[in-house]
Amino acid sequence: MNFIKKSPWILHYDGSSCNGCDIEVLACLTPLYDVERFGVINTGNPKHADILLITGSVNEQNIPVVKQLYEQMAEPRVVVAVGICAATGGIFSECYNVVGGADKVLPVDVYVPGCAARPEAVIDGVMRALAILEEKQKTARCKKGTQEGAGV
Amino acid sequence: MSWIAALILFPALASVLLFVIRKDRLRNAVCWGSSLITAALSVWVTYRYFGMGVSFSFPGEGAIDSFMMAVEVLAAAYIIFVGIKNKKYLICLFAAIQTPLMLWFELTRAHESGAAAGIVFDKLSAIMVLVIGVIGSLICIYAVGYMRGYHIHHEDYKERKAFFFSILFVFLSAMFGLVLSNKLTWLHFCWELTTLCSFFLIGYTQTPQAKNNAFRALAINLGGGLAFAAGIVFLGLRFNISALSEFIAMKPETVVLVPVILLCIAALTKSAQLPFSSWLLGAMVAPTPTSALLHSSTMVKAGVYLVIRLTPLLGSSAAGKTVTLIGGITFLATSLLAISQSDAKKILAYSTIANLGLIVTCASVGTQEALWAAILLLIFHAISKSLLFLAVGSIEHQIGSRNVEDMDILMRVSRKLSIYMLIGIAGMFLAPFGMLISKWAAMKAFIDSDNILIIIMLVYGSSATLFYWTKWMGKLISNANRKAEGHHTFHITEEVPIFVQAALTVAACFCFPVVSRYAIMPYLSGLFGGSAAMPIGTNDVNIMLIMLSMLLLLPLGFFSIYKNDHRRIVPVYMGGENAGDNKAFNGALGKTRKLELRNWYMEKYFGSAKLTYWSDTLCAAILCVSVIMLVLGVMGL
Amino acid sequence: MIALEILAIIILTPLVGGLLTGADRVISARMQGRKGPPVLQPFYDVFKLFQKESIEVNTMHRFYVYISIIFVIFTVIIVLLGGDVLLAVFALTLGSIFFVLGGYASNSPYSLIGSERELLQMMSYEPMLLLASLGLYYVNNSFYIKDIISGDTPAILFLPGIFAGFVFILTFKLRKSPVDLSMSHHGHQEIVKGITTEYSGKDLAIIEITHWYETVLVLAFVYIFFAVKDPVSHVWAVLACVVVYFLEILVDNGSARVKWQLALKSSWIVTGIVGAVNLVVISLFR
Repeated sequence: MNFIKKSPWILHYDGSSCNGCDIEVLACLTPLYDVERFGVINTGNPKHADILLITGSVNEQNIPVVKQLYEQMAEPRVVVAVGICAATGGIFSECYNVVGGADKVLPVDVYVPGCAARPEAVIDGVMRALAILEEKQKTARCKKGTQEGAGV
Repeated sequence: MSWIAALILFPALASVLLFVIRKDRLRNAVCWGSSLITAALSVWVTYRYFGMGVSFSFPGEGAIDSFMMAVEVLAAAYIIFVGIKNKKYLICLFAAIQTPLMLWFELTRAHESGAAAGIVFDKLSAIMVLVIGVIGSLICIYAVGYMRGYHIHHEDYKERKAFFFSILFVFLSAMFGLVLSNKLTWLHFCWELTTLCSFFLIGYTQTPQAKNNAFRALAINLGGGLAFAAGIVFLGLRFNISALSEFIAMKPETVVLVPVILLCIAALTKSAQLPFSSWLLGAMVAPTPTSALLHSSTMVKAGVYLVIRLTPLLGSSAAGKTVTLIGGITFLATSLLAISQSDAKKILAYSTIANLGLIVTCASVGTQEALWAAILLLIFHAISKSLLFLAVGSIEHQIGSRNVEDMDILMRVSRKLSIYMLIGIAGMFLAPFGMLISKWAAMKAFIDSDNILIIIMLVYGSSATLFYWTKWMGKLISNANRKAEGHHTFHITEEVPIFVQAALTVAACFCFPVVSRYAIMPYLSGLFGGSAAMPIGTNDVNIMLIMLSMLLLLPLGFFSIYKNDHRRIVPVYMGGENAGDNKAFNGALGKTRKLELRNWYMEKYFGSAKLTYWSDTLCAAILCVSVIMLVLGVMGL
Repeated sequence: MIALEILAIIILTPLVGGLLTGADRVISARMQGRKGPPVLQPFYDVFKLFQKESIEVNTMHRFYVYISIIFVIFTVIIVLLGGDVLLAVFALTLGSIFFVLGGYASNSPYSLIGSERELLQMMSYEPMLLLASLGLYYVNNSFYIKDIISGDTPAILFLPGIFAGFVFILTFKLRKSPVDLSMSHHGHQEIVKGITTEYSGKDLAIIEITHWYETVLVLAFVYIFFAVKDPVSHVWAVLACVVVYFLEILVDNGSARVKWQLALKSSWIVTGIVGAVNLVVISLFR
C-alpha cells in the first residue's frame, strides 16, 4: 500500500512575487477549503515535506536557497509551481535580476496557472502532484528492487 | 590495631618523603607508589576489620595528645603569623581563641573523663576509609600527570610541586584520622588539620586571588573549628564526655542540643552549606586535583560524615529541624544557581554544594531510610564528582578552556575524555545511576517522615539539576559526527585514574545492593536497633539494573544497524541559507556569517546576583533563630 | 504470560495513541469550523514516513531517537503492568532526556532552540510529576500502581489539588498550546519544528510513535487517580481520561502560545500552591 497519497506534506516557498499566490496558498488552509481533509500539512520544513510549492519567480538571490531547500527534501519529492510567475517569471520576467520560472532551477512537475492562482486550482495542482509522487515512489522502489536483485 | 595505625601514619610518612625528594622523576614514582600502597592499605584494613569492626585505645595516648598539642600550637602560631602579615585579623582571632581553649581543656580536663576507645572502626568508618583511600589515591596519581602539564600551561606560577604532593598526602592522613577517631579532641585535631591543608592547597598558585580565597576558606573553616572546640569544651565540662560514641548515646534534651548545634555549625561550614558556601566556590582557583580532593572524598565529606554520625541526636529535635531546613534550602538554591553558570568547575562546585545539602538533609531527618540514602549519596557522589573534576582538569589542558560552551569541540579533540565526562554526568543525575537511586530513597524517606517542605524543595531542585546537566551533556555530544582532529593524547597518569573512576561509577550502580546489604544495613540496624530494610524494593532494583544494562548494551546494538543503513547526508536547515558547511550562513548584504550555538543560562532568573544574597540571608537567619531559641531554652532551665 | 502481556502493550498502546491523536485532529478541526482529516490520518502519516527516504545531517542524531523510544516503551510497560509509579517517572525522564540530546546532536540552530525549550518544559513539569507520584504514595502507602488501583477509595478524593496540578502540566507533556514552546504538533510551525527539525523519514515516524506512547502514558496517570477495586470505578476512570483529553484539546484551540518565562513561572507556581497545599492538608489528617 502506498501512503504518500494520503499524507502529502507541503513546503511553501515564495520567490519574487506580489504575494498574491502566496495568500491564495494559505487560503487553502482556511475552513472554506480545508486541505487538511486530504491530510495536507503545511510543514515549513524541507526535511519533513513531500511537495515543494513555489510561488513567485526565481531570481539571482534565491537560486541557491531554492536549490538547497530542494536538496534537503527526502525522496520521493515533487515541485509544484503555483501562479504564472513561478511558471515563467510572469510580469517580473523582464526585471534585471529575475531569472525566470522555477523550472530554470528545479525539475518542476506540475504548473498551476493563474495570476493569482485560485485556491481550487492550487488544490487541484497538489492533487495532480500526488499522482506523480506515487509514480516516483514506485519507480524508486523498482530501482531499489533491481539493484538488490543485481546484488544477489 | 597496627594496621590502622599504619593506615593513618603511612600517608603522613609519604608526605614527608615527597617533601624531601627534589627530583621530579623520583618524586613521581614515590607518589605513584605511595598512592597505590595507601589504596591497598585502606582495602586491606577494611577487609581485615570489616566483619566485626574494632575499637581500641593506643598505648601511650598521653604522648599522642602531647604531640597533637604541640602541632596545634605550631599551627596556631603559623596562622596568626600569616594572618598578621596579610592583615587578615579574623583568622588570627579565631586561632587565638580556639587553640588556647583547646589547650586549656586538654591539659586540665581531658584526662579525667571517660575511658572510651580512642579509635573506632565500624561499618561507616569502613565505607569512609574506602572512599578516602581509593578515590583519594586515584586523585593523587592523577596529580602526577596533571601537575606536569600544569606548569607548562602556567609558567607564571612558582613551581612548588614537592610541597603540593606532600600536602595532598597529609590531607589523606588527616582524613583517615578523622573518620577513625572516637576521641573528640583527636577528631578536632584532624578537623583543623584538613582546614590547614585546604588553606595551603587553595593558595598554591600564590596569585592575589588564590591567596584571598585561601584566606576566606581558612576563616570560615576556622570559625567552624571554633564552634567545634566550644562544643567539645561544653561537653567535657558539663557532661564529662570526651568521646563521640558516648556523645551519640545521649538523649537529645535541650542542654545536649547546645553541643549538637555547635558541632553542626562546624559540619555546615566544612561541608559548605549555604551561609558558609563561598569558600568552596573560591577553592576553584587551585589546581584541579585540589578541587577534586576537596569536593569528592575529603574535606567536604568530613562535614557530612559528622552530621551522619550525629544523626541519632538530630532526628526530630530543634537542631535537627534547623539543619534539615538549611540543607534543603542549600540544595534548592544551589541547584538553581548552577543553571546560570558556564564555567565547568563552578557548575561542579554548585552541584557539590547541592548534593552535600541533600546529604545533610537526609542525615538530619534522622530516620533509618533517610540515613541509608545519605550514606549512599555520599559514596556515589564521591565517585562521580571526582571523575568529573579530573575529566574537567584534563579537558582544560586539552582545549585550553573550561567553559562549557567551548566543550562542543571536545568530541573531536578527545573522544575518550568526552565519554568519561558523559559517564560522570550521567552518574550525577540520570535514572539508573547512583545519585538518582539515592535521591529516590531520599524522597521516600522524606514523605514517610512527613517532611512536606523538604519534598517540595527536593522536587524543584531535582528538576533544575536535570536542566543544567542535560545542557552540558548536549554540548558534549553536539559534534559527535565530526572526524577527530589531530592526535591529542593525555598522559597515562591522567587517564588511568579517570578510567578507573568511570568504571567505578558504573560498577557502583551494579554493586550498591551489595554495599547496602553488607555495610549500610548492619550499620543502620546497629544504630536504630531492629532489622533494617532497604527502602527500595528488590523488584525496583532489578528494573533499575535492567535499565542500566540496556543503557550499556543498546549502543552496541546500533553498530549493525549503522553498517546496513547508509543515508544521504544533507546540510542542516537554516532557512535555505546554510553556507554549505553547517558552520556559517548567508546573512544580509551578501555577507557570510559564522553560526554560533549557545546554551541557555537565564541569568536574569537564576543568576547569583539574584539568588545568592537571599538564600544566604535566609539560611543565616534560620541558624541565628535556632541558636537564639536554644540559648533561651537553656537559660529557661 | 507476562511476555504476552508485554507484547500486547507494545503493539496496542501505539494503536490507541494514534487513534487518540487522530481524534484530536478531527475535534480540533471541528472546533475551527473545518471538516478535518480522517481519524486514521496519524497512521497514514507514520506509514508514509516509513516509506520515505530517511535523510540526516550527521550519522549520530538518529541514535538518540531510538534510545528514547525504547525507554518510553519501557516506561509504558512499567505503568501498564502496575509497576512503581516513581520509577516510571524516572524512566520517562530518561527517555525524554535522550530525545532532547537528539536535538543537541543535530547541531542545528532550530534543533538547539527546540532542545533548550524542551528542557525548560521538562524543568517546568518535572516537579509536579514527582509530586503526583509522591502524593499517590502518601495516600496509598505504596508506589505500586497495582496496589493503588486496588484500594478502597480513589486517590482523587485525597489529591484533588495534585490532580488539578497534574492536569495543568499535562499541557506541557502533550505539547499543546499555550505551552507548546519546544515543538508543537501537526499544523503549527513553532521554531520550524524544534527538536525534530533535522529528522525525516523513519526517524520522524519513530518520534511520532514515541509521542503516541507518551499520550497513552499520561492518560494512564489520570486513570490511576480514579480507579479502585470497584469495577465501576474503572469506567469512571476511562471517562475521566476522555474528559481530560477533551479539555486539553479545548485549551489547545482556545489559547495563544505564551513566552517561556510565563510557562515556567505558571507551572512552578501552580505546582507549589496546589501540590504543597494538598500534601500539607493530607499530612494534617494522617
